[in-house]
Amino acid sequence: MTAVLQIIFDALSLGSLYALGALGIALIFGVMRLVNFAHGDFIAFCVFAMLWPSIDATAVVFAGMLPFYLLIPLLLMIGAALSILSEIVVFRRFRNTNPATMMIASFALGFVIRHLMLMLYSSRPKSITLWPSLGLPVDFLGAHIPMLQVVTIVITLAALAVLVLFLKRTRYGLEMRAAAENFTMARMLGVRANGVILLAFAISGMLAAAIGLILATISGTADINMGANVMLIAFIATVIGGLGSVPGAVAGGFIIGAASVVFQATLPHDARVFRDAFVYGAVIVVLLVRPQGLFAPKSAKQRV
Amino acid sequence: MTLLAVDDITVSYGRLTALRGVTLKIAEGEVLFVTGPNGAGKSTLLNAIAGVVPAGSGSITMDGAKVTGASPEDIARRGFSLVPEGRNVFGALSIEENLKVGTGMRADRHKIAGDLESVYAEFPMLADRRHTAAGMLSGGQQQMLVIGRALMTAPRIMAIDEPSLGLAPKIIDQVYEILVRLRAQRKLTLLIVEQSSTRAMMTGGRMILIRGGRIVLEGAAADMIKDERLKQAYFGFGDH
Repeated sequence: MTAVLQIIFDALSLGSLYALGALGIALIFGVMRLVNFAHGDFIAFCVFAMLWPSIDATAVVFAGMLPFYLLIPLLLMIGAALSILSEIVVFRRFRNTNPATMMIASFALGFVIRHLMLMLYSSRPKSITLWPSLGLPVDFLGAHIPMLQVVTIVITLAALAVLVLFLKRTRYGLEMRAAAENFTMARMLGVRANGVILLAFAISGMLAAAIGLILATISGTADINMGANVMLIAFIATVIGGLGSVPGAVAGGFIIGAASVVFQATLPHDARVFRDAFVYGAVIVVLLVRPQGLFAPKSAKQRV
Repeated sequence: MTLLAVDDITVSYGRLTALRGVTLKIAEGEVLFVTGPNGAGKSTLLNAIAGVVPAGSGSITMDGAKVTGASPEDIARRGFSLVPEGRNVFGALSIEENLKVGTGMRADRHKIAGDLESVYAEFPMLADRRHTAAGMLSGGQQQMLVIGRALMTAPRIMAIDEPSLGLAPKIIDQVYEILVRLRAQRKLTLLIVEQSSTRAMMTGGRMILIRGGRIVLEGAAADMIKDERLKQAYFGFGDH
C-alpha cells in the first residue's frame, strides 16, 4: 500500500513537471504553429539567473538569496521577459514562414542562449541550494513523501487552475483560444495578433521559470543542459496529447510521467536502465493507434 | 456618403493575377451584391478589403482614411466585418464565446450585453444552445452564428462571402430574409458576394459582375438580373 502511494506521488510530481513544460510548448504552438525548442534553454536560463556570472564550481548565489516571496515573482518575470524578447527579436520575423523554418529558428535561438550561458558560467554544473527544508519527507498514510513532491504537485495544480480560469473567464483568454483555433478569423474580429502572441510567450516563459525553480530545488544543481531533457519529453507529451490542444498537453505530460514511474517500478531490475526505451516504445504505440494525438483539437476537422 | 472606396486595386498570388484594377464605392446604408463565375476574384476582393491578402497596387479607403496595407485587426476595428467563405466558426468554442470574440475591440462596452440579447432574439435557436460547442451546429445554424458574430462587432459594413454555400434552398431563403430584415432594422451597410445572382432579387440594391478579375457589368440589381449579358458571363461567350 505504501509502495503504491509512493509510486502515485512519484508519478504525479514527475507528471506535473512534464505537464508544465508541455503547456509552455502547447500555448505557443496554438497561436503560432511554432514548436519552441528553445524552451529548455529558457528553463536553464531562469535557473542561472539566480547566480552571479562566474566560472567557479561553487556558485555565488545572487538572486537566490532573496526570500521566496520575492524570488518567485522575480524569476517568473525573468522567464516572461526572456520569452517576450525572443518573440520580438527572433520569432516575429518568421511569423508567416512554414513551421519547419520556425522550428529551426528556435533551435538556433536555443544555441545562442546556451552558449551565452557557457560564456558567463562555463559548462561546469554548479551546486545551488534552495529551500533545503523542502527535501524533508512528510508522512502521508504511512508513506514518506518528500515535501518537495507535494509542493510540486500543488504548484502545478494551482498553475493549471489559474490558467484555466484565465482561458475560460477573461477576454484575453477567449481571444487566445479563438486565435489558436483560427488565427486569421480572430484577427478579422479585431483580435490583435501581436497582443495574443506576446501574451502566449509571456505565460510560456513564466511556466519555464516555474520548471527551472522546481528542477533546481530537486537536483540542487544548476546545469546548462538541465532543461533539454524536460523539453524533449514535454514536446513528446504535446504530440501525444494532440498538438495544439491545451488539455491534451497537460494529460500527455501526466501520462508520460506516470509511464516513466510505473516502468521504473515494475520492470525487472536488469531492464530498468532501458526504461526510457520502454517509455518511447509506448509513445510509438500510442501514435500508431492515434496519429493525431489523444486529444486532437476539434478545429482539426471542419464541418461545412 | 461613401463609406468604403476601393480604387483601382490589383491583387496577385505569385504569377497569377486575381484582381485587375477593380474600383467600387459603397455608400452608408447601401447593399452591394457582387457576383460572377467561380474564380472571378470575388473572394479575393473581400479578402483584400479585409487586409488578409495584400493589394499589389491601388488604394482602399474607409471613411476617407486610407486602409491599404493595414492589418486585418485594424480594418476590423474601423468597422469592416467579414464573414468569410466556409463560415469559420470557432468549433471548440461555445456559441456564446463565438459571439463574444469580436467584442473585445469595442469601446462601447456597456452596450455589449444588450447586443448579445438582441442577437439571441434574432436567432432564438442560438439562445437555446448558447453553451454548446459551435462545431456541433449544422451548416445553416453555423451561418446564422457567424452573422450574429459579425453583428456583435457593431460593424459599419458587413461583408458576407457565399452565404449560401452548402446550404439547402430553404435555409438560404432564411439567411437572406434575415439579412434583409437586419438591413431594414439596423441600417446596415451590406456587401454580399455570391456566385449565384438569383438572390439579389431579395436584397435589391446595386450589383456588380466580376469576371477574370475585372468588373464587367454594374447597375441596379433588379435590372441586371434580366440582362442577357449576366448569363453570358457565366457561360463564357461574348467578349468582355
